[in-house]
Amino acid sequence: MSTKTAKKKTAAKSAAKKSSGSAKKSAPAKKAAAKKADAPDLRRYADAPVNKAMSKSDKIRAFVDMVRIRKFEQAALQSYQKGKMGGFLHLYIGQEATAVGTCALLGDHDHIITAYRDHGHALAVGMTMNECMAELYGKYTGCSKGKGGSMHFFAPEKRYWGGHGIVGGQTPLGLGIAYALKYKGLKGSCLCFLGDGAVNQGPFHESLNLAGLWDLPIIYVIENNRYSMGTSQDRSSVYPEGGLAQRAEAYRIDWTTAHGENLYDVRAKTSEAIERAHEKSRPTVLEIATYRYYGHSIADANHQKYRTKEEILEYQRNRDPIMVWQRILEEEGVLTADEAKEIENKARDEAKDSIRFADESPFPPESEILTDVYHSVDNPGSHTNQGKIFFNDRLPWE
Amino acid sequence: MALITYRQALKDAFSEEIERDENVFIMGEEVAQYNGAYKVTEGLWDKYGDKRLVDAPISEAGFIGLGIGAAMMGLRPVIEMMFFSFVYVAWDQAVNNASSLRYMSGGLMNVPLVIRGPANGGTNVGATHSHTPENLVANFPGLKCVVPATAADAKGLMKSSIRDNDPVFFMESTLLYGEESEVPEDPDFLIPLGKADVKREGTDLSIIAHGRSVLMALAAAKELKKKHNIDAEVVDLRSIRPLDEETIIKSVKKTNRALLVEENKPYCGIGSQVSHLIQRRAFDYLDAPVHRLSAVDAPAIYSPPLEKVQLPEAKVIVREALDMFNIKA
Repeated sequence: MSTKTAKKKTAAKSAAKKSSGSAKKSAPAKKAAAKKADAPDLRRYADAPVNKAMSKSDKIRAFVDMVRIRKFEQAALQSYQKGKMGGFLHLYIGQEATAVGTCALLGDHDHIITAYRDHGHALAVGMTMNECMAELYGKYTGCSKGKGGSMHFFAPEKRYWGGHGIVGGQTPLGLGIAYALKYKGLKGSCLCFLGDGAVNQGPFHESLNLAGLWDLPIIYVIENNRYSMGTSQDRSSVYPEGGLAQRAEAYRIDWTTAHGENLYDVRAKTSEAIERAHEKSRPTVLEIATYRYYGHSIADANHQKYRTKEEILEYQRNRDPIMVWQRILEEEGVLTADEAKEIENKARDEAKDSIRFADESPFPPESEILTDVYHSVDNPGSHTNQGKIFFNDRLPWE
Repeated sequence: MALITYRQALKDAFSEEIERDENVFIMGEEVAQYNGAYKVTEGLWDKYGDKRLVDAPISEAGFIGLGIGAAMMGLRPVIEMMFFSFVYVAWDQAVNNASSLRYMSGGLMNVPLVIRGPANGGTNVGATHSHTPENLVANFPGLKCVVPATAADAKGLMKSSIRDNDPVFFMESTLLYGEESEVPEDPDFLIPLGKADVKREGTDLSIIAHGRSVLMALAAAKELKKKHNIDAEVVDLRSIRPLDEETIIKSVKKTNRALLVEENKPYCGIGSQVSHLIQRRAFDYLDAPVHRLSAVDAPAIYSPPLEKVQLPEAKVIVREALDMFNIKA
């Protein structure tokens, strides 16, 4: 295929392609004007075993989880704009079906790790709005005691290993998690999320080579929102016909793609990948076509310049993952519009409460700057270390 | 006690720790089937097999990052750099990730990882292969750094490093692998990180060094005593971070003179920190300004006779020491 044709392809259309026969035949890619995406197929993968097995409450739970992520972030955005938090705020709004569709499938030995757009995954694995919002506020009650901030949420007890700020930097770490599972003889997997901007980083390719070479149970989930910061995919990545995931072929790794607005699709493909990891200890690259409504971060003032308003509206009106899921559930008679409204109100209240919690929480004491640097310092007696390890002549609070 | 080489001492440390803890494994380029580029892991693959000795492709960012991820999960990886200079291609993993993860998670995780390998010049392999990055590593809170000079220290510190719950950068020297010294055979022979060692007692001058410079300092001290009746004390730092400030200060207060020697470059080298410490805590005890010797401040030169000159040799240490007593060499 010519480069020119490749450039015209949207991620969503390319996502209709699939890999070496692991997924069911998806809807054929249709030719359409670049600006207009295909209308979502609501029944796509609804009959996949992992979706047929969903109970009514599982389906509602997925809706609740997506709505909670959105309301949390909308509340965070307001606080950010009021100057309540520092640094960056990378919003996940528009991508919720990916975190919720994947994380709901995790078993006792399935772990996740992600990049800096990490709020959605955090809430999807069960972290509370309070600890997340407080972390954004830099408060002591935050999940990382205010030491990590927006890009660095962690909950190892929930098998959630962050929250990583450097693009692609988490990809070898995820590999190490998968390596440890295999080393310990556990039937598990690691879902390592990355953005489409990370696929050109060297460590990702090194990780793919090692994953393929050593049969590691890792699933690289590329959340392709089409823009690496302010640079469109066309301008940043060589794009194979099948999508970015197809690059996996070079490493003899199975790959597949999914439509990120459709939770059924996300679940179906993720479930296959998890099974491959569990049963064959083999990696997968799964590319999920998705979209973020806000800029790369809230500091990204130009996000309506490097893409059109029409493009954003098209996703919001026709491909919004929460709206699509609500439509599916209404058609199935699982959820009514009123019930959906009630869920939204509840989530909005929960988010509001988390703002209050964060506002009222204390900042960490100054002495906390010097804790959690070294395990040996925090756990005296557990080691044989001696000598000086921090080197200020005098501390500001002394 | 047994008289063994630095190389053998490291190998013994690996064997003992592999047998002691099932979570310990060694990964790196050609560490297993090839027996290690410098034979530090020779025979271990035969003895312990594929699980504990893992040959990795030339892919430092990949396998260092893998090591960090595995350490987060409770394994204790020992990652070999064939040359420590190769860590630079994995800097984001080795330094940014390894140093920050515990902190950014508010203490929810730790990274019990050892990154080890030869970090030295003097072998005519040119500038890219001759780095001594202990000063760079020590600049990162969250990392620990040790630089043993003798076989006994190599063993005791390696065992402590593997058992440590924080990331430790363990810097060896290809020029020391063949050096022998008496090493205790106790399987629990541990040298704490952060404990310096007075390798030679003296009263007139403290020569403070680490790594191969310790051997140069000892040779210089011998010469100073023999030819000039100057009794130099040699303090081996062994550990850069944590740092044994008390032993340094005690020695300087005794001798009233400090000469700092390292194979690192001078600017922001280890000597900068030690020099600051001495003026801060022993200012009134000094009979002369603190002197520093480092590698000549250029990238490592290839030309064999010149590279020898670039690193601080014993005779240059003698000259500098005499200068501190206003004696012309």
